[in-house]
Amino acid sequence: MSSSTHGRSGAVGEPLLRVRDLKVHFDTPDGVVKAVNGVSFDIYQGETLGVVGESGSGKSVTFLTVMGLIRSKDARLEGEVIFDGQDLLTLPDEELRHLRGKRIGMVFQDAMTSLHPFYTVGQQIVEGIRAHEKMPKKEAWDRAVDMLQTVGIPKPAERARQYPHEFSGGMRQRAMIAMALALNPDLLIADEPTTALDVTVQSQILELIDRLKQEFRTAVVLITHDLGVVAEYCDHINVMYAAKIAESGNTRDIYYGAHHPYTWGLLQSIPRLESEVQDLKPIKGQPPSLIFVPPGCSFHPRCPYVMDICRTKEPELQSPDGVHASACHLALSEKERIFREEVLQRA
Amino acid sequence: MGRYLIRRLLWVLLLVVLITLFTFIIFFVMPPTDPSILFAGRAPNPRLIAQVKESLGLDQPAPIQYLLFLKRLFVGDEYGWPGFGFSFLTRSPIKPVLLERAVVTFQLALGAAVLWLVLGVGIGIISALNRGKIADRAAMGFALLGVSAPVFWLGLMALWIFWQQLEILPGTGYVAISDDPSQWFMHFILPWFVLALLFAAFYARMVRSNLLETLNEDYIRTARAKGLSERKVIFRHALRSSLTPVVSLFGVDFGTLLGGAIITETVFNLPGLGTYVVRAVGNGDLPVILAVVVFAGLGVTIMSLVIDVLYAFLDPRVKYA
Repeated sequence: MSSSTHGRSGAVGEPLLRVRDLKVHFDTPDGVVKAVNGVSFDIYQGETLGVVGESGSGKSVTFLTVMGLIRSKDARLEGEVIFDGQDLLTLPDEELRHLRGKRIGMVFQDAMTSLHPFYTVGQQIVEGIRAHEKMPKKEAWDRAVDMLQTVGIPKPAERARQYPHEFSGGMRQRAMIAMALALNPDLLIADEPTTALDVTVQSQILELIDRLKQEFRTAVVLITHDLGVVAEYCDHINVMYAAKIAESGNTRDIYYGAHHPYTWGLLQSIPRLESEVQDLKPIKGQPPSLIFVPPGCSFHPRCPYVMDICRTKEPELQSPDGVHASACHLALSEKERIFREEVLQRA
Repeated sequence: MGRYLIRRLLWVLLLVVLITLFTFIIFFVMPPTDPSILFAGRAPNPRLIAQVKESLGLDQPAPIQYLLFLKRLFVGDEYGWPGFGFSFLTRSPIKPVLLERAVVTFQLALGAAVLWLVLGVGIGIISALNRGKIADRAAMGFALLGVSAPVFWLGLMALWIFWQQLEILPGTGYVAISDDPSQWFMHFILPWFVLALLFAAFYARMVRSNLLETLNEDYIRTARAKGLSERKVIFRHALRSSLTPVVSLFGVDFGTLLGGAIITETVFNLPGLGTYVVRAVGNGDLPVILAVVVFAGLGVTIMSLVIDVLYAFLDPRVKYA
């Protein structure tokens, strides 16, 4: 774990976003859904954070909460979300609105349903710009066309006058990115930005986000269920399982020395060109219900290395070196041995 | 857009053919009795029957009869264009009466439509935005009342309260706006409200459920993520898509009403198409019934054309569909 000893890669100065013990619980007729249950992490300026986990692991809800998009009478929010010195959880709606779109931009999974079908792409970008900056329509329109050019949409002036349904999937997602970056935010949250796209287009979109991140000096959160996707683009990775962080660390730490059996499972289920189909090892079992979370470690029913303690005592997220942390009862030496001898062999 | 319009126009043409064909079959082919006897009214004599047969061309084979029927309708008959024929019972051409009554029905329908749109859409929005709260419950209670209360009962109650008890509104009947604008208004206000209430209740429910559904759409989340004000999110983004289906429903409802609001017109003694056709049915005045049926059918068709064209402007996806 040589990289860990050099500290967190990509981290400079104070964190841009500091989340501490965030809990998001929903009251439903079936019981309390603990969608996010005590999550803490930091994002630094200019850094790319990958957030990986299965559907329902709480990764999207965490960042929708950061955006203030989970505010309803059925949702109970606890903890701290400090962005640039302000706690977003207690910020009044109106002030939070001024941060949204201006300082924090968000790109969603399905650009087809995430763009309004009745307004042109240009109109939708202009609207976002003018919600935060007073400027004539013409000027905002020119900026929107510029942004479309920046994200690599050919004939941007013409395309700005078209409706979302006239765009291809990849172009729509580019337009979404243009919209999210139009006001040069400090933080861009991309919630599974490539899941709805063709494989060939996926890498183009990720390359684009990576390029714009440098160009706009924006910190990026890349939410995905595919550990393979984040390797190339992320500085730091949070692996989420059952509404908590199971493991977090620099990308190198995770790829070359993951400490959590769930991360091992994810690594082993990445398809590789050179390997046979039989070599793919899916993680057995289903993710737990967020209403009735298993006692002890929530991963224990699916864990091949389960011990007695795992069934009763919940493991804390612990980090031997202050950067690479995992929530697992296995001894560090044991984790390193299993990773070396079993995971690396198969993955 | 041009191709879309042409397609819609061709579709309307087909509808007109179907409407006229079906009415023709119902009125001239299906009855087991000789249609010329039916058309001659209650107490036909042989001379009148012969006259009917002659003027409607009923001695010809059925397809020719249909073409003659179309020709009278669209080219005109001896009483002008469009040819709505002659009532042998009242011994008068139908067209002038029909148009006069259509004007009354149109005023009733238009006033009611404005009311129910304002009430229905307004209540629906308030209800959806206050989901589960007192305002929502009150609004949906009103909607339930509006949907369940029979129009004739509502009309009679309204008359009893505002005319008999409070004496703030004049009684029933029709006053032309050119004769006395204030009396015209006073005579129409109750029928408008009574007719509008039923529709307002339906529309409120529909707008509420549409809006609630739209508010869950991904693009509403995007609008919020852009930092738009809640007012803009609701009025520019959510309402825009949730009201579009209301437009098409409105076209059908309004078009249907143009054929006469029978109960409202009867309760308030308005000389519209509804009371006209009811009287014609009572008297067995077949030519009048036929004329009103065709008129109402064309009214619905034309309204649906108008709505389709409007829809193409409202929903950009339609043009290419």
